[in-house]
Amino acid sequence: MNVKKQFKDGLITNNPVLVQLLGMCSTMAITTSLFNGIGMGISVLVILTCCNVVISAMRKVIPNDIRIAVFVVIIAGFVTIVDYVLKAYIPALSESLGVFIPLIVVNCIIIGRAEAFAAKNSVAASALDGIFQGLGYTVVLCVMCIIRELLGKGTFGGGILNGGDGIALFGSNFQGAMILTMPFGGFLTLGCLIALMQYALRKSKEKKAKEEDK
Amino acid sequence: MGLLTSILSISLGAILINNFIFSQFLGCCPFLGCSSKVDTAVGMGLAVTFVMGLASAICSLINTYILVAETSIFGVDLSFLQTLTFILVIAALVQFVEMFLKKAIPSLYSALGIYLPLITTNCAVLGVVLLNVQNSYNFIESTVYGITGGLGFLLAIVLFASVRERVQFAEYPESFEGFPICLVTASLLALAFMGFSGMKIF
Repeated sequence: MNVKKQFKDGLITNNPVLVQLLGMCSTMAITTSLFNGIGMGISVLVILTCCNVVISAMRKVIPNDIRIAVFVVIIAGFVTIVDYVLKAYIPALSESLGVFIPLIVVNCIIIGRAEAFAAKNSVAASALDGIFQGLGYTVVLCVMCIIRELLGKGTFGGGILNGGDGIALFGSNFQGAMILTMPFGGFLTLGCLIALMQYALRKSKEKKAKEEDK
Repeated sequence: MGLLTSILSISLGAILINNFIFSQFLGCCPFLGCSSKVDTAVGMGLAVTFVMGLASAICSLINTYILVAETSIFGVDLSFLQTLTFILVIAALVQFVEMFLKKAIPSLYSALGIYLPLITTNCAVLGVVLLNVQNSYNFIESTVYGITGGLGFLLAIVLFASVRERVQFAEYPESFEGFPICLVTASLLALAFMGFSGMKIF
């Protein structure tokens, strides 16, 4: 088991959103305030870890032909639990994420990791994979939220800091580009982030190739 | 509001104002994955429309008569099973559509290929069913919302595929190769669809 490699995989080299291009609907839809981003990220992290552990523990029992159906039932169970816990304890979050909490069932990250990792690896490795992939997802969500909020409204930490309004970094008279908080901004910000990631990965590959030449 | 009025406003909302892709971000995966050619985009859009309409109708009935306590024939509150039931109904429905198409229209079946089973994990389908419950639509309204939502998806994916066929020949920075340029294109289309926001019949 290689914890360090799994950590790097989840956050950078095999990031679920920026490299594997999974779970993009929720990434674009809910990233309008930091509160949403952190809440959604942690919900997915918890569900992903639980599902990975259960699926990995049952991987020898599940018949191969109906494995997807079994995965979906397990995932739907955990999603329902998280949905009801959020409704009970953090109703504000549940309200602002709305339909996207139950939609975690069809979030490709979870079923993708179940199929690609948990169904083939030990319980401990799958749990770590869940945590790191979940962290990678959360980090991307937070970056998206920070960019869109800062440029769109000129605030930081909306929903959490300063009584929910967020801290106005450019003074209260700042006129933000409101358009970035609308659907247009979601597509554009994610597109630019993925482009940045591709640029970084290409540069690091070129650097490695150069070192090998020497 | 009369039935006809509500149907009209639901349809207009689902197709243009609150388009599933450009304003609610539901169903982005097949939207981006399945839109490199206009032909496949049309096939995918039609299949999704069909499944969305059928799923809305069936799930609406199940929700009213089995899951919700007040109207249930069993008299028990089973609404905590909503997500689980809906996803299983959709999975079964997609399987059924797949078998039907294989027998009845083999040419469309082979054209859709891998994308057909993937409709199960299309968040637009589960999304429309959940939104029906959230907006407490009745049976007719749910079905209309499902079908028109699917038509909105069809419109979006066909428009996007046509633009994408042209983008292939354009020049753009190397880092934007593949997905990023698609997302930027989609953002511009979303901008166009923003023009519909605030439109109302009454």
